[in-house]
Amino acid sequence: MTAATVLPHPRLLDAGNGALTIEFGDRVDPALAARVQALDRALQAAMAQGALPGVVETMPTFRSLTVLYDPLRTRRAALDAALAPLLDSTPAGQAGPAASGRRWRLPVCYGGEAGADLESLAAACGLATADVTRLHAATLYRVDMIGFLPGFPFMGDLPAALRQPRRREPRLRVPAGAVAVALGLTAIYPWQSPGGWHLIGRCPVPLFNAGAATPALLAPGDRVRFEPVTPAQLAMLEADIAAGRLGAGTWLEAADA
Amino acid sequence: MPEQPTALVVAAGALASVQDAGRRGWRRMGVPASGALDPALLRIANALAGQAGDAPAIEFFGTGPTLQALDGPLLLGLAGPFSATLVQADGQQRQLPAWRSVLLQPGDTLRIGPLRGSRAGVVALRGLQVAPVLGSASTYQRAGLGGLAGRALAAGDRLPTAALPPATPGQPLLRVLRRPPTPATGPIRVVPGPQADHFDAAELAHFLAGPYTVTADADRMGLRLAGPALVHNARGSEITSDATVPGSIQVPGNGQPIVLLADGQTAGGYPKIATVASADLARLALAPTGSSLHFQAVTVAEAEDLAIAHEAALCRLLAGVEPLQLDGDIDLQAIYGSNLVSGMIDALAP
Repeated sequence: MTAATVLPHPRLLDAGNGALTIEFGDRVDPALAARVQALDRALQAAMAQGALPGVVETMPTFRSLTVLYDPLRTRRAALDAALAPLLDSTPAGQAGPAASGRRWRLPVCYGGEAGADLESLAAACGLATADVTRLHAATLYRVDMIGFLPGFPFMGDLPAALRQPRRREPRLRVPAGAVAVALGLTAIYPWQSPGGWHLIGRCPVPLFNAGAATPALLAPGDRVRFEPVTPAQLAMLEADIAAGRLGAGTWLEAADA
Repeated sequence: MPEQPTALVVAAGALASVQDAGRRGWRRMGVPASGALDPALLRIANALAGQAGDAPAIEFFGTGPTLQALDGPLLLGLAGPFSATLVQADGQQRQLPAWRSVLLQPGDTLRIGPLRGSRAGVVALRGLQVAPVLGSASTYQRAGLGGLAGRALAAGDRLPTAALPPATPGQPLLRVLRRPPTPATGPIRVVPGPQADHFDAAELAHFLAGPYTVTADADRMGLRLAGPALVHNARGSEITSDATVPGSIQVPGNGQPIVLLADGQTAGGYPKIATVASADLARLALAPTGSSLHFQAVTVAEAEDLAIAHEAALCRLLAGVEPLQLDGDIDLQAIYGSNLVSGMIDALAP
């Protein structure tokens, strides 16, 4: 990216009297995510220095950073003034998201109850189910954001041949561990919840542990590859995980660079 | 060593759970704040129980839990539009109003509720001991965090408490709020955005005109409203997921608004037409099924002023929590109708 490139200034969107959203764009785009993460780091550093009194927390997404504040301790007008220099000085020139250097290999058993949409998805894509699973497992995904539920990873980029809109009728109950796809993304539901994505398999790895120093297993910038396992292997993995024989490090292929 | 005073959950009631002021700082990992749907009720209940306003307490819906004191006396603070039935160990029964504290002697049982005209109430238990998870004792059932093993209360649960301090003439245990908050009326104030631009001006006007009805599809995560269906403009009915907050009003493809509450998801892909002003969020969250409501647009600065006024009114109200003088079981002050101390207290609604 050259110095001459002019990036659009982010929009400040009202989110009530306890939050504002700093929006860099409206799509999934690594360049937007890079700007979000750079601003998030700048705000975290400013908060650590006590420079943003009243700011409670920040929430980075694909394309925006939401700043939550205590309206009894600061006001939006003061916050806008304090944020302005950070918005202007955020290094927007970085070409892509800061890669964390962490690479994970997560087992997935395609099909079954947690993969109830595998066949309908394959039909919608005009593929055999074996092609769907082969394509899904052959891709190294990028974790774009964690949100929706504790530890829930939104991951891109899904191969173009597998992209379909969300289900017309969202499910009331997606089982915990379901591996799902929608649009250009893939994800794993860490908890049973409602959900509108296409379910293609089951991953037994716990994605959130409140007792860990960092409760969410995955973080933005991580890379994830899925490794197909058979139902028998899945059952074995589940038993070993339940018995505490397989810690979080089991799934880490490469640690921080 | 003396045994620890414990509340035995004789009957669980409906979805009663431990809640405090909520957990902050974990939305980036997908963890909502949780906490009491009405923070004012939490603070009043805790004040009546003589403890810090953010201490963990029990929030309940509909029918409240039935608690029995074991191994020592318990002090409870009752906040919300309900009454309770005290069943003493000797079998005597008495009906008690809320907005006061109640002392349970070992063997006494308190049947709490049902609620009238509100979706939730709060019962504080003096010295309730619940280990914090990620900085809060609040129960978040979806991920099994906080509270009792991350779930709602169940019959047979035992809630341990710290032993009560001895009552002294200067530090009476029982307290009362003689002027409880009056139910607020008027429109629910909202700040348009962050995706109000997915709706043309006429649709925004429909949204504000309402009226909307609170449906039975309501829990701690959110509530669905029914009313004029809102039509998205060419920007569409889906967005690339971004952050949601308590009070976000999402409008999915069917045009019927969904208001996210304390346990709501931290991100979502529906346009958010507006965000409920924090001063009015508890009123909306606790509105019973079938309630009809209107919205009114305010600016961020106006909503901030409402939050400050709401807090000031709550502080005045809490200052009206006073000792409850009982002669035997009789509240003399109530009998003589004298409001000597609390005559100046404003209602909670600004």
